[in-house]
Amino acid sequence: MITAEQKPMQEIINCIAPYDRILLVGCNECVTVCSAGGRKEVGLLASALQLHFLKQGKTLDIKEVTLERQCDPEYVEELVNYMDQVDAVVSMACGCGVQTIAARYREKAVYPAVNTKFMGASERQGIWAERCQGCGDCVLGLTGGICPIARCSKRLMNGPCGGSTKGKCEISPDVDCAWQLIWDRMKALGIEKRYEEVMEAKDWRTSRDGGPRKIVREDLAS
Amino acid sequence: MENFEPEIVAFCCHYCAYTAADMAGSKRLSYPPNVKIIRVPCTGKVDAIHIMKALLKGADGVYVAGCLEGDCHFKNGNIRAAHRVAYVQKMLNDIGWDGERVEMITMSAGMGERFAQTAKEFTEKIRQLGPSPAKTAAGQAAVG
Amino acid sequence: MKTESRLEKILAAGHMAVTSECGPPRGALPEKVKEKAEMLRGCVDGINVTDNQTAMVRMSSTAACIIIKQMGLDPILQMVTRDRNRLALQSDIIGAYAFGINTMLCLSGDHPRFGDHPMAANVYDLDSVQLIQTVKKMRDEGKFQGGADIANAPKMFIGAAANPFADPFELRVMRLAKKVNAGVDFIQTQCIFNLDKFELYMKQVCDRGLHEKVAILAGITPMKTAGAARYMKNKVPGMDVPDEIVKRMEGQPKEKQAEEGVKIAVEAMQRIKEMPGVRGFHIMAIEWEQKVPEIVERAGLLPRPEV
Repeated sequence: MITAEQKPMQEIINCIAPYDRILLVGCNECVTVCSAGGRKEVGLLASALQLHFLKQGKTLDIKEVTLERQCDPEYVEELVNYMDQVDAVVSMACGCGVQTIAARYREKAVYPAVNTKFMGASERQGIWAERCQGCGDCVLGLTGGICPIARCSKRLMNGPCGGSTKGKCEISPDVDCAWQLIWDRMKALGIEKRYEEVMEAKDWRTSRDGGPRKIVREDLAS
Repeated sequence: MENFEPEIVAFCCHYCAYTAADMAGSKRLSYPPNVKIIRVPCTGKVDAIHIMKALLKGADGVYVAGCLEGDCHFKNGNIRAAHRVAYVQKMLNDIGWDGERVEMITMSAGMGERFAQTAKEFTEKIRQLGPSPAKTAAGQAAVG
Repeated sequence: MKTESRLEKILAAGHMAVTSECGPPRGALPEKVKEKAEMLRGCVDGINVTDNQTAMVRMSSTAACIIIKQMGLDPILQMVTRDRNRLALQSDIIGAYAFGINTMLCLSGDHPRFGDHPMAANVYDLDSVQLIQTVKKMRDEGKFQGGADIANAPKMFIGAAANPFADPFELRVMRLAKKVNAGVDFIQTQCIFNLDKFELYMKQVCDRGLHEKVAILAGITPMKTAGAARYMKNKVPGMDVPDEIVKRMEGQPKEKQAEEGVKIAVEAMQRIKEMPGVRGFHIMAIEWEQKVPEIVERAGLLPRPEV
């Protein structure tokens, strides 16, 4: 999923301070799963903002809506009837959701209430960790199902570096050494020999380095 | 301000604090009438939004009263509740309120005295903090 | 001969090689570079010049190498892949070669988190193994990494680092083999204090015949104080300092600890010299360059041969 974390409250407050009527929009997808911007978080943020402005002597009119998927124009269309009743939109979705709203409702300011963090997986309740950088040319088949680009601090394709200590990365004892994980996995799969094959310099064109990316499925796009 | 009588909402676990309140009653221990008890099956059922809504509706203080650590009928509902209360406290501090308006308290079913005592203490604490900012501000009309 | 490198000639002639290093200054101070390099004249076959070591900004390795080259000495250009992408790396290699620099060391570099710009973007377009491949391709095929021809391709004698003490240990020799596969000519190891473990490592290296494909220079660091020994033992990632070394340093009064540190280094060199597969030494006397001539002499490696 795409993970996100709520922005500091003061930053959100500063963004919406000039407005009296706010549309707070959550998303039912990734940010719901990582407890950053689902229906529940929309309710909490709305009440917190109301409490804040009540103390300032201002009654903030907040409408709460949580869309099925904020990165999809079809669902973002559902907001159309609210737009003449609000001064600004605050989105609790990832950056994709924020931009879909901004693209559809050009005359309305939209502010992000979360910082979009990374593509990750749930390690356990309340803990998410980065797993994928979307390089556009997956190497997981070569590295035992552990991504060196997302999980090695130096994204080494031929690790581990000399800083690997007791299975941990040199940057912090809280970070696993990705290449230790890869090596352990290679052993488990009985493909240790493959380790000595040099992984050649990566072609980063398929990654962000090649410019903003797009997928076109001719059969669907008609 | 002199006549300020705080309105307190207490989310009380059915297995401990609520029974303790009952016991306080039957023992004729007095505690402030300011405390409005809401019975919950476990404090683990109390979500952050319930506390926030209570404040939004005009409560001056909210506390969550659950079982002693290790005694939760549902294993760790009280621990979860304590984490949520801490989360709300931080959120209140972040929006310029006072996190102390919200508290987690633990007790067993037999602690009638403790129930009465904590009700008294919490009411006094909120009395000191003064009325909810939601009430004092001009926006009071909007509440409710 | 693949290159004009003095280090290559020394090794080809079958001599024990000696290299040392100097870290460039944190400012435009060419005199500092000259001062440090001058201390090493006549007692080493190559002088490594570090590249923003520990992720702290310093005078560029290339610039400091040029200064040292112009003194008639033999700099070894260290290059980390942390700070530059493959365009910048290759252009610096050509630039250095244009000034006669013919020996280099390919590294990945410490993570920026350790330095004075932890907010910096972390490049790692290539890793150290891929940099070795790139430099080899430039030298042997006369082509850039991207495939185009190079006019007057740089002929670099290619080095890399190896840490026999990092984890997982079972991977250390395989990792060396990987660098050999990529085309490395010589290796400078991490500082060696645990001689038994290094001996085991070298045995595995020789068992696989890797010592015939790559020249291994053993890393030596003289310790100045017992405090330094403790620091290296406890704080430096991937460093293996046995307790008895720390105790030996602690057993000496403060004013004799430096001499004890040199003694430990020289004794280590005497023993390592006898280990099959070892082709020389790389002495890292951090901010203690003036001790290098004495250490080389006491290890019986002076004068340096003419080649």
